[in-house]
Amino acid sequence: MTPVESAERALRRAVPWIATSLALIAAVYVRALAFTPAEAAQGPAQKIFYVHVPSAWVAFLAFGIVGGVSLAYLLRKDPRLDLLAESAAEVGMVFTSVVLVTGPIWGKPIWGTWWTWDARLTLTLFLWFVVLAYLVLRGAVNEPERRARYAAVLGILGALLVPFIYASVYLFRTIHPMPVILRAGGPTLPGAMLATLLFSIAVFTLFFGVLLYYRYSLARLADARADAAAERRDA
Amino acid sequence: MHDLLRVTWAVAAKDVLLEFRSRTAFVSALVFTALVLAIFNFARDPTAVSARDLAPGILWITFTFAGMLGLNRAFALERENRALDGLLLSPASRTAVYLGKVLANLAFVGAVEAVALPLFALFFNVPVLPVLGPLVLVIALATLGFVAVGTLMSSMAVNTRLAELMLPVLLLPFLVPPVTSAVQMTAQLFAGRPFSEALGWLRLLVGYDVIFVAACILFFESTIEE
Repeated sequence: MTPVESAERALRRAVPWIATSLALIAAVYVRALAFTPAEAAQGPAQKIFYVHVPSAWVAFLAFGIVGGVSLAYLLRKDPRLDLLAESAAEVGMVFTSVVLVTGPIWGKPIWGTWWTWDARLTLTLFLWFVVLAYLVLRGAVNEPERRARYAAVLGILGALLVPFIYASVYLFRTIHPMPVILRAGGPTLPGAMLATLLFSIAVFTLFFGVLLYYRYSLARLADARADAAAERRDA
Repeated sequence: MHDLLRVTWAVAAKDVLLEFRSRTAFVSALVFTALVLAIFNFARDPTAVSARDLAPGILWITFTFAGMLGLNRAFALERENRALDGLLLSPASRTAVYLGKVLANLAFVGAVEAVALPLFALFFNVPVLPVLGPLVLVIALATLGFVAVGTLMSSMAVNTRLAELMLPVLLLPFLVPPVTSAVQMTAQLFAGRPFSEALGWLRLLVGYDVIFVAACILFFESTIEE
């Protein structure tokens, strides 16, 4: 099998998984809307929680992967690691955007404002800017080896930056709802809501993994095709 | 160790000498700074907002933009005639090249700040003198963090297609922690609060400087190897 064919096969393997994840996301919403009690104070607005929180978790996960894989790239110089970091950044960008869009939709009825310079909103916004800078930087360097090195340096520094932005915005006051699961004294969320949330987080994580795999396979396929084209030219 | 310091000094001295002989970048940065400070005067309603409430933000936005001008210049200089290749071919260690660049940029930005601060005090009628000691400390710490990261970003930005535009896109998110802490501490100083109240911000700023100076020394090599 040629490298192009095996890359195409790897890409096709993801398709049933994408379908499965989408079906599971539909299931999350059936459960959230029909089988989970409405929150007493917030009413139906709270339902967005089951998209917002899992997306935020996935966004930070993606960012952690970019940082870790970037470091591994600088140590190993394996171009596949660079493709993985690029894929994680791109997929993470989508989920970060979902967080930034769903947040204000909930914030308007509950806080009475679309946006506020609260600690976690600010942090997520700057995370989004860093990922954007990462992708813009990749687009602005033509030579692949240099692009990989630059991107890796920015990926690592970006991961180091997150705790500092968190600390600086946290020294301001926050009005964002406090954590309801990972907190001292155990979860405060009622059982049915907690089950829906955990289900939703698991599904979103799966969906993220599938998209990451798909995006990575696509990058590998593009590379394989470029190599094949170069070989044909030489022959 | 002695060698590292000597080479660092030589790289910094080369850049400072180049700037001293032409003075174009320094003079334009000064004019730019004075203009920004003057224009800010029109950004507020003097009957509604007192100059002192806006002063810390104005000071730091001015410093940030002026610094960005200096940082853009640092590696653009090396790009002409491929001067950087000569520097890298010499036996100077990468760390010495980086530290020398940081030192030269600190001298540049520091000199601009030294002229801008009295001008700022004059334009906005802020009592700078009574808090000069702690204020200089805050400025020095924030400038160090911002120049350390900025020098690294600038070494990457000059080799991209967008060059001058790329630096702010890369650098501005990294300025959130140092500039936020500097603005907060400056505001507390101007309001006459004791410096001890700003310790949380000071710790954040010092932590940022330590982590990012170390990380930039470590990763600079990856941005210039050919």
